[in-house]
Amino acid sequence: MSVKKKKAPETADYSKSGINASLKPADKIRFLSEMLRIRRFEQTSLKYYNQGKMGGFLHLYIGQEAVAVGTVSLMGKDDHVITAYRDHGHALAVGMDMNACMAELLGKGSGCSRGKGGSMHYFAPDKNYWGGHGIVAGQTPLGLGLAYALKYKGAKGCCMCFLGDGAVNQGSFHESLNLAALWKLPVIYVIENNQYSMGTSMERSSAMKNCLAERAEGYGIAWDAANGEDLYEVRAKTWNAISRAHEECLPFVLEVDTYRYYGHSVADANAKKYRSAEEIERYKTHHDPIRLWRKQLVDEKVITEEAADELDAAVKQETAAAGEFALAAEAPDPASIFEDVYWEVDNQTEAGQTGRHFFGD
Amino acid sequence: MALITYRTALNQALAEEIIRDENVVIIGEEVAQYNGAYKVTEGLWERFGDKRVVDAPISEAGFIGMGIGASMLGIRPVMELMFWSFAYVAWDQIINNAGQVRYMSGGLIHCPIVIRGPANGGTNVGATHSHTPENFIANTPGLKVVCPATAYDAKGLMKAAIRDNDPVCVMENTLLYGESWEVPEEEYVIPLGVADIKREGTDISLIAHGRAVLTALKAAEQLDAEHGIRAEVLDLRSIRPLDEEAILATVRKTHRAVLVDENKPFCGVSAQIAATIQEKAFDDLDAPVQRVCSLDAPAIYSPALEPIQLPTPERVIAKALEIC
Ligand SMILES: Cc1ncc(C[n+]2csc(CCOP(=O)(O)OP(=O)(O)O)c2C)c(N)n1
Ligand SMILES: [Mg+2]
Repeated sequence: MSVKKKKAPETADYSKSGINASLKPADKIRFLSEMLRIRRFEQTSLKYYNQGKMGGFLHLYIGQEAVAVGTVSLMGKDDHVITAYRDHGHALAVGMDMNACMAELLGKGSGCSRGKGGSMHYFAPDKNYWGGHGIVAGQTPLGLGLAYALKYKGAKGCCMCFLGDGAVNQGSFHESLNLAALWKLPVIYVIENNQYSMGTSMERSSAMKNCLAERAEGYGIAWDAANGEDLYEVRAKTWNAISRAHEECLPFVLEVDTYRYYGHSVADANAKKYRSAEEIERYKTHHDPIRLWRKQLVDEKVITEEAADELDAAVKQETAAAGEFALAAEAPDPASIFEDVYWEVDNQTEAGQTGRHFFGD
Repeated sequence: MALITYRTALNQALAEEIIRDENVVIIGEEVAQYNGAYKVTEGLWERFGDKRVVDAPISEAGFIGMGIGASMLGIRPVMELMFWSFAYVAWDQIINNAGQVRYMSGGLIHCPIVIRGPANGGTNVGATHSHTPENFIANTPGLKVVCPATAYDAKGLMKAAIRDNDPVCVMENTLLYGESWEVPEEEYVIPLGVADIKREGTDISLIAHGRAVLTALKAAEQLDAEHGIRAEVLDLRSIRPLDEEAILATVRKTHRAVLVDENKPFCGVSAQIAATIQEKAFDDLDAPVQRVCSLDAPAIYSPALEPIQLPTPERVIAKALEIC
């Protein structure tokens, strides 16, 4: 079987496209800073993971930063996001507190989920960020539901629901696509195609004509594919999807080609077996979104090499400080085990105090 | 008081809540234009229109998950499952999303959703359509589950479920939809977690939920008439939260208990009740706690056999006589 991937035309320049034309130098530098913050945050977390300071899985987003930063940079007040377990990038991009994110990794009481969610389960509803979901594609109906609620309330917003190239094969995603089209819901499914689901390449997992997003055609949903190493292109194509959602209340499927440098998770014993070291090197050298963006800004004379180095140094300090904060933070109080299970109990309402809610003693 | 069916009681509860709260929306297969597979939502679409009563395609994972997502943003969806047996295709959404998101977000999110539909055997529809998953739901902290046995309870519990800010699973019963009970005209709500003594007695406690309550009541009548045994029938109504006090109180009063449960015995609701009684009322017992559950095999189709697979008054009486 020959699988032909339809790449976005290499030559297209999205730097001047509507949504990018209005960017100020400060915006562009902020995007660089946000991508750096994600990368340095994760590098710090990797250090702690390897030192045995955190439990569970650690799915690194490193290599994919332009996707989260580019898409999230377009969010307005009624736009929401939800993603899977590779969630640190989107979390920091929406502005979640880095200290709380780091503390969550270390299972501390001051973590963003009070130490109850861990790496895969970050949440910040106050920032329109709805997680952080550990079941592959489990978030896809939820994203649909957020869009449903927006439409129900008459808000001019959308939900960007991120999923992987492996998640596209789950039934719940297909059910969601059908419902999204059927009920004209403003949900944008962003497939972050990093070419692998754990150790399985896309070719070994997905049947398709040209690309994954094209499956949307079967549902009559508009779609597009973007090169995820180019922040301008990610923004331009995402804006098209968002505008459609806002103006016409319609869904969209956007496939963004990207790449992860590390294993599926840090515990991925086969991290280097299902792809070649050369392939990884090639991406790092020629397709790194941060390196490319930095070069772009230097070329545009938006930033100097020195200033970019200074920015990076400041970000490294910030992430190191977040690490220190998390290390010093207290473990959660054992009594908190029984908190956050039922809203009614937590809020000491009559309903929460009627009948037995917890068992075992 | 009017004599109305269990179905009408549910229908009234839904209509009243749609009127009371603009965020209440009913979603499910055939709930709108078809008036509901079991006619629980009859007339609601005509009265309240497309926005409030929504027909969904056959995509339980998709639409149940969608309802959960919408509830996170403040909508109060009441999702109909044509049968609770079909919940298994949406199990991930119910257990992993509705059940866990509050906890994993450290309390930042909650899901005021109701998932409702029938969950019962006894209608010769075979094993795939006869599940009673209240024990599975009750095994998931974060979820709540109620099993009304009468029209009065169905209406009051449904209203409480819709107003509750946590995910509540309401398990109804197709064999009860057409049965009638007295229901007051005026508004009332039955809090979750409050059991109800359906018949007072002094000699033995029959503890049940859902339609098994009616089985227990029949057994109690016969025990009285034929054996002079006065059985108390306690209807749990709500499984989680559970009215443990009421369970212990009736056992302390009668010193004997038979648990009647349409669940399967292994890890069924009655297993939890039995554990609670022996832990907390051991010294009050004059005999071991007995259980009458569905016979421990998949729900059989055969109309000749299915009635005996479910708890029957005869089996309840036999167990009661063993310990009285
Ligand atoms: C229902 C389910 N099946 C399997 C897994 C285990 N698992 C976690 S991530 C993953 C691969 C998913 O790959 P993809 O969707 O491409 O996302 P990526 O990890 O590349 O971001 C698998 C198999 C899971 N978490 N949930
Ligand atoms: Mg992938």
